[in-house]
Amino acid sequence: MSQSYNRGLVEDFGRWKEFSAGMWAWIFHKFTGWVLIGYLFTHIAVLSTSIDGAQGKTTMVGGEELNVYTATLQGLEGLFLIRLLEVGLLAVAVFHILNGLRLLMVDLGVGLEAQDKSFYASLILTGAITVASVPTFLTGVTI
Amino acid sequence: MSTQQAEPESQEAPDDPAMNGAESPAADEQTGGGMVDDHAEKRAELEGETVHIKVFRYDPEVEGKQEPRFDDFHVPFEKGMTVLDAVMYARDEYDSSLTFRHSCRQAVCGSDAFFVNGKQRLGCKTQISDLEQPVRIEPLPHQEVVKDLVVDMDHFYDQMHTVEPYFQDEDTPATEDLEEQRQTPENREKIKMSSRCIWCGACMSSCNIAAGDNEYLGPAAINKAYKFAMDDREDEQIKEHRLRILEQEHGVWRCQTQFSCTEVCPKDIPLTEHIQELKREAVKKNLKFW
Ligand code: HEM
Ligand code: SF4
Ligand code: FES
Repeated sequence: MSQSYNRGLVEDFGRWKEFSAGMWAWIFHKFTGWVLIGYLFTHIAVLSTSIDGAQGKTTMVGGEELNVYTATLQGLEGLFLIRLLEVGLLAVAVFHILNGLRLLMVDLGVGLEAQDKSFYASLILTGAITVASVPTFLTGVTI
Repeated sequence: MSTQQAEPESQEAPDDPAMNGAESPAADEQTGGGMVDDHAEKRAELEGETVHIKVFRYDPEVEGKQEPRFDDFHVPFEKGMTVLDAVMYARDEYDSSLTFRHSCRQAVCGSDAFFVNGKQRLGCKTQISDLEQPVRIEPLPHQEVVKDLVVDMDHFYDQMHTVEPYFQDEDTPATEDLEEQRQTPENREKIKMSSRCIWCGACMSSCNIAAGDNEYLGPAAINKAYKFAMDDREDEQIKEHRLRILEQEHGVWRCQTQFSCTEVCPKDIPLTEHIQELKREAVKKNLKFW
C-alpha cells in the first residue's frame, strides 16, 4: 500500500515491545532455523578435516605430533568461546525443536487456544535444558 | 495551532446520578471475581480525573497539518468512557476538525478500528480505564491515511470481495420451486464465530504478512471464505471453487501462524484456527490415493 507519508519502522519492528507471544515465536523460529543452517556449514568444515586425518596427516601442536582431525577438535574444544557457542547452539536447537513441535500442533489445529502458553513452555524448557547442559559443556576448559 | 487544551472547569468528571439507574454500579462491583474488582479499582482511581490522550493528526490538504503530529487532549473521565467517547469529546469540545469514522458505538458497524497504545482495537469497545496513559490513538497501520484517524479501506474491501462473499448455487431453481434452505444446528454452530465479522480491518492491519504482500487475501477475507466454504448448504463443486481461490499463491499459504489477527479481532473470531483448517481442507482436496 502506498503511503502518503512515511511512518517508518514504527508500523512494524519499531513496535517490538508490543509484539504478542505468537509473533515472538515466529521471529525466534526463523532466527533459530537460520542459525542451525549456518552451523551446518561450520560443522561440515570441521568434519572435513577427518578426511585428511584418515589419510594419516599429522600436525605439530606444542611439540607433539597429532593427527590433523584430533588436533582440530582438541584445539577448538580447548577454546572457551567455542564451549560457550556450543551452549548457545544447544539452546537454539532445543528451542527450534520444541517450537517446531508447537507449530506442527498448530498446523494440525490442536490446542490453538493455548498457543501462547505452549510458546512460553518452549521458552522455559529451553532455558532449563540449556542451564542443565552448562556443566557438561564447560568442564575442563581453561579460559 | 494549540495542542495543549485546558480542561474546562465545568466539565469536571460527573457524579452523574442519572447514570446510576442505567448502569447499577453497585451490582456491577459485586458480580465477579478478580477481573471486576480490578476494573472497579481502576475506575475509582480515575473518578474525577482527566484522561490524557495523544491523537494522531495529519491532513494533506491543510497547510500546517501536512507534517504528521500528535495533539494532546485532556478529557474529563466519565464512568464507562471508551476511547471513542474520548475522541468524540475532544472533537466536540476542543477541536472540531478532529476526524474519525464512527457510527453504531456498540461494536457492530466496524467503522472505528484505531491503533490504540500500539494495538488495533475498536474505539467503542475499548475502556479508557483499561489503558496506560497517555493513550496514544493512531490510524490503522499499513493503510493510507486520508485524514487524522481515517484510513483508506478500499484495498481491504477489495480483498473481501475477492473471495465472493455471497451464497452461491450451481443452478438456481425456477421461481416457483424456490424454497427456504435450512441449516442444521450443528452446521450453524460450526460457522457461528466466522459469521461475526464486522469488516473493521483490525486483523488485516495487524498482520505482518499482509503488510509485506499487498495481494495476500488477509485474515478477514479468508475468514469470510471459511463462512461459506464450511456451510453445508452450498454444493460440493462450489466449495471446490472456493478452495481453488484460497489455495492460490496469495491465499491461505501466506499465513505464518503469528496469531496477530486472532489477538486483535474485536469479535473474538478464531482467525488463525479458521485459516489453518482451510489449509488442511485445501491439502485434502488435492490428495489423491491411487
Ligand atoms: C526436530 C527437529 C526440527 C523440527 C521439529 C523443526 C520444525 C520446523 C517447522 C515446523 C518449521 C516451519 C515453520 C513454519 O511453519 O513457518 C521449520 C522451519 C525451519 N527449520 Fe526446522 N525443525 C527442526 C530441525 C531443523 C534443523 C536441524 C534445521 C537446520 C539445519 C532447521 C532449519 C529450519 C529453517 C531454516 C526453517 C525455515 C525458517 C523460515 O521460515 O525462514 N530445522 N522447522
Ligand atoms: S475478522 Fe475480526 S478483526 Fe478482522 S475485520 Fe472481521 S471483525 Fe475486524
Ligand atoms: S462505532 Fe460502530 S463499531 Fe465502533
